[in-house]
Amino acid sequence: MKSLTELNEIKQKVIKTSDYKILVGMATCGIAAGANPVMTELKKIIQERNLNNIDLQLTGCIGICRLEPIVEVYDSRGDRYTYVKVDAKKAADIMQKHIIEGTPCTEYLICDDSDNCIKNILETKSFKKQIRIALRNCGNINPEHIDEYIQHDGYLALGKVLSSMQPQEVIKLVLDSGLRGRGGAGFPTGLKWKFAAAAQNDQKYVCCNADEGDPGAFMDRSVLEGDPHSILEAMAIAGYAIGSNQGYIYVRAEYPIAVKRLNLAIKQAKEYGLLGNNIFGTDFSFDIELRLGAGAFVCGEETALMTSIEGKRGEPRPRPPFPANKGLFGKPTILNNVETLANIPVIINKGPEWFNKIGTEKSKGTKVFAVGGKINNTGLIEIPMGMTLREIIYDIGGGIPNGKAFKAAQTGGPSGGCIPAEHLDVPIDYDNLVAIGSMMGSGGLIVMDEDNCMVDIAQFFLGFTVDESCGKCPPCRIGTRRMLELLEKITNGKGEDGDIEKLERLAYSIKEAALCGLGQTAPNPVLSTLRYFKDEYKAHIYKKSCPSGVCKHLLNYYIQPEKCVGCSICARNCPVSAISGVVKSPYKIDNEACIKCGVCYEKCKFGAIYKK
Amino acid sequence: MNLLNVTIDGIKLQVPEGTTVLDAAKLANVEIPTLCYLKDINEIGACRMCLVDVGAKALQTACVYPCSEGLNVITNSPKIRDIRKATLELILSNHDRSCLTCIRNQNCELQALADKLNVREISFDGVPKGLPLDNISKSIVRDNNKCILCRRCIAACNKIQTVGAINVMERGYDTIVSTADHRSIADVNCVNCGQCINVCPVGALYEKDNTQLVWDAIKDPDKYVIIQTAPSVRAGIGEEFGYPIGTPVTGKMVGAIKKLGFDKVFDTDTAADLTIMEEGTEFINRLNNKGKLPLITSCSPGWIKFCEHEFPEFIDNLSSCKSPQQMFGALIKSYYAEKNNIDPTKIFVVSVMPCTAKKFESDRDEMEQDVDVSITSRELARMIREAGIDFRTVEDAQFDNPLGEATGAGVIFGATGGVMEAALRTVYYILEGKRINELDVKPIRGTQGIKEATIKVAGIDVNVCAVSGLGNARKVLNMIKSGEKNYHFIEIMACPGGCVNGGGQPIVPAKIRNKIDIRAERAKALYSEDMRATYRNSDENEFVQKFYNEYAGAPGSHKAHELLHTHYIKRERYLSKK
Repeated sequence: MKSLTELNEIKQKVIKTSDYKILVGMATCGIAAGANPVMTELKKIIQERNLNNIDLQLTGCIGICRLEPIVEVYDSRGDRYTYVKVDAKKAADIMQKHIIEGTPCTEYLICDDSDNCIKNILETKSFKKQIRIALRNCGNINPEHIDEYIQHDGYLALGKVLSSMQPQEVIKLVLDSGLRGRGGAGFPTGLKWKFAAAAQNDQKYVCCNADEGDPGAFMDRSVLEGDPHSILEAMAIAGYAIGSNQGYIYVRAEYPIAVKRLNLAIKQAKEYGLLGNNIFGTDFSFDIELRLGAGAFVCGEETALMTSIEGKRGEPRPRPPFPANKGLFGKPTILNNVETLANIPVIINKGPEWFNKIGTEKSKGTKVFAVGGKINNTGLIEIPMGMTLREIIYDIGGGIPNGKAFKAAQTGGPSGGCIPAEHLDVPIDYDNLVAIGSMMGSGGLIVMDEDNCMVDIAQFFLGFTVDESCGKCPPCRIGTRRMLELLEKITNGKGEDGDIEKLERLAYSIKEAALCGLGQTAPNPVLSTLRYFKDEYKAHIYKKSCPSGVCKHLLNYYIQPEKCVGCSICARNCPVSAISGVVKSPYKIDNEACIKCGVCYEKCKFGAIYKK
Repeated sequence: MNLLNVTIDGIKLQVPEGTTVLDAAKLANVEIPTLCYLKDINEIGACRMCLVDVGAKALQTACVYPCSEGLNVITNSPKIRDIRKATLELILSNHDRSCLTCIRNQNCELQALADKLNVREISFDGVPKGLPLDNISKSIVRDNNKCILCRRCIAACNKIQTVGAINVMERGYDTIVSTADHRSIADVNCVNCGQCINVCPVGALYEKDNTQLVWDAIKDPDKYVIIQTAPSVRAGIGEEFGYPIGTPVTGKMVGAIKKLGFDKVFDTDTAADLTIMEEGTEFINRLNNKGKLPLITSCSPGWIKFCEHEFPEFIDNLSSCKSPQQMFGALIKSYYAEKNNIDPTKIFVVSVMPCTAKKFESDRDEMEQDVDVSITSRELARMIREAGIDFRTVEDAQFDNPLGEATGAGVIFGATGGVMEAALRTVYYILEGKRINELDVKPIRGTQGIKEATIKVAGIDVNVCAVSGLGNARKVLNMIKSGEKNYHFIEIMACPGGCVNGGGQPIVPAKIRNKIDIRAERAKALYSEDMRATYRNSDENEFVQKFYNEYAGAPGSHKAHELLHTHYIKRERYLSKK
């Protein structure tokens, strides 16, 4: 492709004249939920019935992962229908009733919170509150067809940059937009590019961090599976801005669909001359290669990631020197997160002022959150910075299931902290989250209710960090393990006076002394739960009780005499013979001997056993 | 070179651009504690002990943080002390703290640091690691329970020696210094050079202790126990008794050894002279008869094993001469035994070496037990202490004769370039009939890793090279393979700086290693003894002359070959897992 004109030609090309366009959600979430049989069934029917007025495509994740498999039908009038929880049988019904007979199957359509079935996802309360920039194409285009990306303004930004902008202008534009890194640290993207552009070297690199290690975060996966070209385009723009001709996407090996679609996208972009030598006929060349991760959370850390690409053991190193001066292979390098990059083409096309009108004073634009835990509407949402937690949980998230009370929301994954009810109305942005003891992180948001034990939550996140520590520096290698041992001691009912002070001293020391962000933020879940839920820790230690009823070792199992019929099933299954009694009379559990395995609780057919 | 203005703890000074905060602090006489830092070898900022306040958001590791104009550093404050102590407590919580019986008791950098930082309690204790010892190797023992994962040994093995027998394995809390597949180092390409021991701050790496075998032999009335001491031992062992680095203590060393109860105390240097006669002859032979060149020395068993593993294509270049240690044992159990009417099977030969690889060498099948036990300088020092001998007040004594009178050429074997110089002195004399000009050999002296010289002898420009450190050996051998370099004669010593810096020498803590070039200091002791020697050329050694006249005929004779020469084998990197 030699010019923007050619690009426009493709853009204007045949907008297929079909009566119906059917999109089947086939990101990992969709496929895991069973989208393959749905697609197969649809294809089968189309072939068998010779229906050649139907454009059937696969698409990425539209964000309502709990309702997958999703099939969206667009008719020739422009109406859109979102069918949810589709299986092969429902797919056949939809083809028959809606496509062939012309009557939508309302019973399969998406419902809103009040269980009113509506037509499509756009009409849901959740969707209306979102501003989809990074996720703009996810669920709307087929990520495996470059033409569809182009028809949705794809590669326009790259064309504009190469034909009418100097590198310095591009950097200024990104700086003016106020875009900050979406991977967690929130460093101003334009500034990072500026430093790298200023470094003098004949070889520079653009890296994309697609390692996405936070448990519960999958927004990067969504973009890579649903809109891979947006990343390629953004990386090429970054390359032009800093003076680099080589990019690497470091993608975790656990995302095989993303890897496949990225490789396909790179191939297609090269065929069109939108990647490779002399892009758009200019003398700017940019190539992109994939590098796969190997199962290490720490390799999402900037210097560890680069060390891993170099073929060495993925461990961070002290900075300075900073990667903008000496990064990959010792050359000036920028590393940007997937979501950060996904914003770039839009910022170029619509201008920085459009972008920085969204968000708060110091946190511009939107953020994608992966909402999970005790919340009705789990999935991906993209909202403007500054929205409050209350809005996210209750307006978009549909509230807490089973009428339970909200307890806390964890943001930032294993590096973040818990936000209690008292902060529900804090506008969410980078700096506010840090001020209340958490951090944005990659955008994972786990909601917890009254049945969650905060000590157990801290232990869960710390367990992850301990597993993933690279082992280079003693504060993280040994310190986090010691912290975990203390937490295990506490949740096992062996907590002692002084343990909280030890935890605090350890947490403080590790934060200050660890070599990289993993270690420096590992104590955060403990510190923030100590800050807001110290009473729970005290209950575990001094009262040997778990107020939320979670920590097995602090639970006692009891048999309600009124409900017990003396069938002796519990006693016969108890592995330590802690239950005694006479048949047909109520049995009793010896709490001293009980090992809290819970088998009796599961076996009792009369609900006579309870735990407290 | 730009000068930068920096302030360290209120002290203003100027430092060259590129100086780290740690080095700048040294210039201001401010000592920042370190553990994993070893200058030019291991600079990774891993242990976090050297954290200082440079005015940045977070504390930074002084060992790698570069100075900048106007930098204001605080190296000690209540906050920094708290964090250093907590970090050290964590390291100690994961360390086998059996100091009282540890081989590094009183010479341990972790012990010293804990005392210095006034750590009197370990608040976060953990379950002991309970890892198995790796004591299969004949030379080196590894105790991962004491390892603090500073990675200095890995840097020595990978960066300096380019052997790569050990590296970090597993991750997180389970990180461990190990070999491929967790084999013993005896089952991989470890060459036994012991440089890992020299750089280990704690007791995680140490020599196989064979002193009990020596005590048992001495006690045994049936055995005739002879001990030989290598040149480097006399240059280093004084440090074990408080003498400054590089103090020659030959007289006291011999005196102390004599008090231990050996039947004879001989000097390995004599055998070194013998080695020169054999090797010099071998070289002249190859030179004259288009033999395999370059000839490469073979007295460093660390180098030999390295050659067998990594460069088997150079095995034919190796001198077939045994090392001085081995030649000594061979001639003791033959010529000496005959001459003195001693049953050779009753002779027990002990060698004291600056070297851990000598333990492996003495046990090689190809060596026919010329030497029964090889112990290191450190083991000898322990024996002397255990026997209640006050080294510093021992009267100077002389080696026993006849194998006590070596030439200066024999003594300089311990320094890198020494073997080459000794060989050249005799070879030149044999071919030219006059003594070599010392200035011509000077380029071969010094602690530089690769040294070359060209000596005109018998009408030929003989190119010689002296290498120390296996990384440098690899470099030179690759240059020969690529044709970039062309040498006739190469001396290769496994240990950087030569045997004076061998894996069996007294351990010098990083604090001192980072400041002083111990190799140069110890080598000085040897060169000064050379200067004072009556005879300075191996061909002048009377005992050696007698040995040939009475027994072996001439250098390179059939008898000489039988006794004093050996062969080598190609080795795989990994033995199959047992």
